[in-house]
Amino acid sequence: MWGVALSPLLLLLYRFLTDRLGPNPISYATNLLGDTTLRLLLANLALTPLRILFGIAWQMSLRRLLGLFAFFYVCLHFTAWIAVDHFFEWGELAPDIAKRPYITVGMLALSLLVPLAATSTSGMIKRLGARNWRRLHRLVYVIGLLAVLHYLWLAKKGVNDPFIYTGVLAVLLSIRLWDWARRKTWLGFQAWRRGGHSPTRTADEMRGA
Amino acid sequence: MLIRHAQDIAPSEITDYQIYLNRRSFLIGMAALALSQTRSAVAAPPAGESLPAARNERFTLEDPSTPLESITTYNNFWEMGPNKDDPARLAHLLKPRPWTVQIDGHVARPRRYDVEELMRLFPLEERVYRLRCVEGWSMVIPWIGYPLASLIKRVEPTSKARFVEFTTLHDPAQFPGQRKSLFSFSSLEWPYVEGLRLDEALHPLTLLTFGLYGQVLPNQDGAPIRIVEPWKYGFKSAKSIVQIRFVSEQPKTAWEKATPKEYGFYSNVNPTVDHPRWSQATERRIGEFRRRKTLMFNGYADQVAALYAGMDLRRDF
Repeated sequence: MWGVALSPLLLLLYRFLTDRLGPNPISYATNLLGDTTLRLLLANLALTPLRILFGIAWQMSLRRLLGLFAFFYVCLHFTAWIAVDHFFEWGELAPDIAKRPYITVGMLALSLLVPLAATSTSGMIKRLGARNWRRLHRLVYVIGLLAVLHYLWLAKKGVNDPFIYTGVLAVLLSIRLWDWARRKTWLGFQAWRRGGHSPTRTADEMRGA
Repeated sequence: MLIRHAQDIAPSEITDYQIYLNRRSFLIGMAALALSQTRSAVAAPPAGESLPAARNERFTLEDPSTPLESITTYNNFWEMGPNKDDPARLAHLLKPRPWTVQIDGHVARPRRYDVEELMRLFPLEERVYRLRCVEGWSMVIPWIGYPLASLIKRVEPTSKARFVEFTTLHDPAQFPGQRKSLFSFSSLEWPYVEGLRLDEALHPLTLLTFGLYGQVLPNQDGAPIRIVEPWKYGFKSAKSIVQIRFVSEQPKTAWEKATPKEYGFYSNVNPTVDHPRWSQATERRIGEFRRRKTLMFNGYADQVAALYAGMDLRRDF
């Protein structure tokens, strides 16, 4: 898995060393790093749907690794933009962060990833408590949406990739939603069978009448 | 006693020796394919047919010209696909000969020209122009052609002609980007239409272009005939033109139809008027590391600013 996650970086390095980054190397590198971030985020968001659909669980242990790699690539993506593309021209960059919606959501997604990366250790899970930790890490859904939006809002008409990413994210989130709804109704059904009550109890029933 | 073992593998299941040998050539083929795929972005273009033209010293630049390799491997040509390396990869599908250009509309002498004839109507000259893409990158290109004004005067526009409309070839067989597929969620409306006001079209900078770098136009750069207006964003310069029409109403251009809030009819290079989604203040010259400041009218303000005197360039962007 390390090899798969590192391969885009190795490709970049190889192309850099052999002068094969093409006529616009900075744009090529920034785009590749951004693409990789999105792919890793979506791959990470696909792990639970795989368990839901096929009942396999071995992949769940990859969540931390894929998440941290996504954070690693988004940091490189951000650095390429700030340091290489714009050469720390803060006078231009700072207003752009607020003014350009695609940059705003991109920065927001990056900022939200920071607490998730910081609390990725087992120690932090213990310190926060599993329940709080899980709550915090639900931010990854928001981050996924923001990341896809970032790409949708910067791409020109005719570029289809952002729509493909959006479609994949929509499918992955729908599977969770469907599973959540299914479990909810199933639990309700069981409660009804146990207690002989309908899942939606009347006011009298609630009062114990 | 003779014990006969059933053969584990029936002879019919054993791969024929020739096919076995073919496996190797198949693998070599795959490897070559993979290699050619990774190399396509940087491979040198096939040497184009040479197109001699004298340099016009009035249109030269201090800046060095962008390498031919970059000009032919880093292209925006939506007819061939939205990625920068699509045009170089798919350019071989375009057949630039034979080719005709229909010239009609409000003109006294409408006619269908063969591109070979069109090319010889006036002396070709080389002009080095800046090219600024709306995406924020730029090049310096030695184009070959003659002023569009020469052709316009020859076909004699009538008093009704106020705009010139350029139409690009519409042929999905030659332009894969025009094909409909499962994954084309968004696309431009084909054919690609661009336009200029008549006075813009008559401006001496506007070049009817047949070549670059001493050779005929490479397919990915808009062969066999395109227009170049160096003070406007690159997409205004229609490529692979099949029709030039003189009209009285302002044409609806392809990008205007696609996203009217982002791309106006004029689309003059202007560092003070941003694209709604990104700044136009700076650009990266291909081959340079640091961004440079974008110039008003792409550095051609002296020649073209008068065309837009009294206009609000924020409104007429």
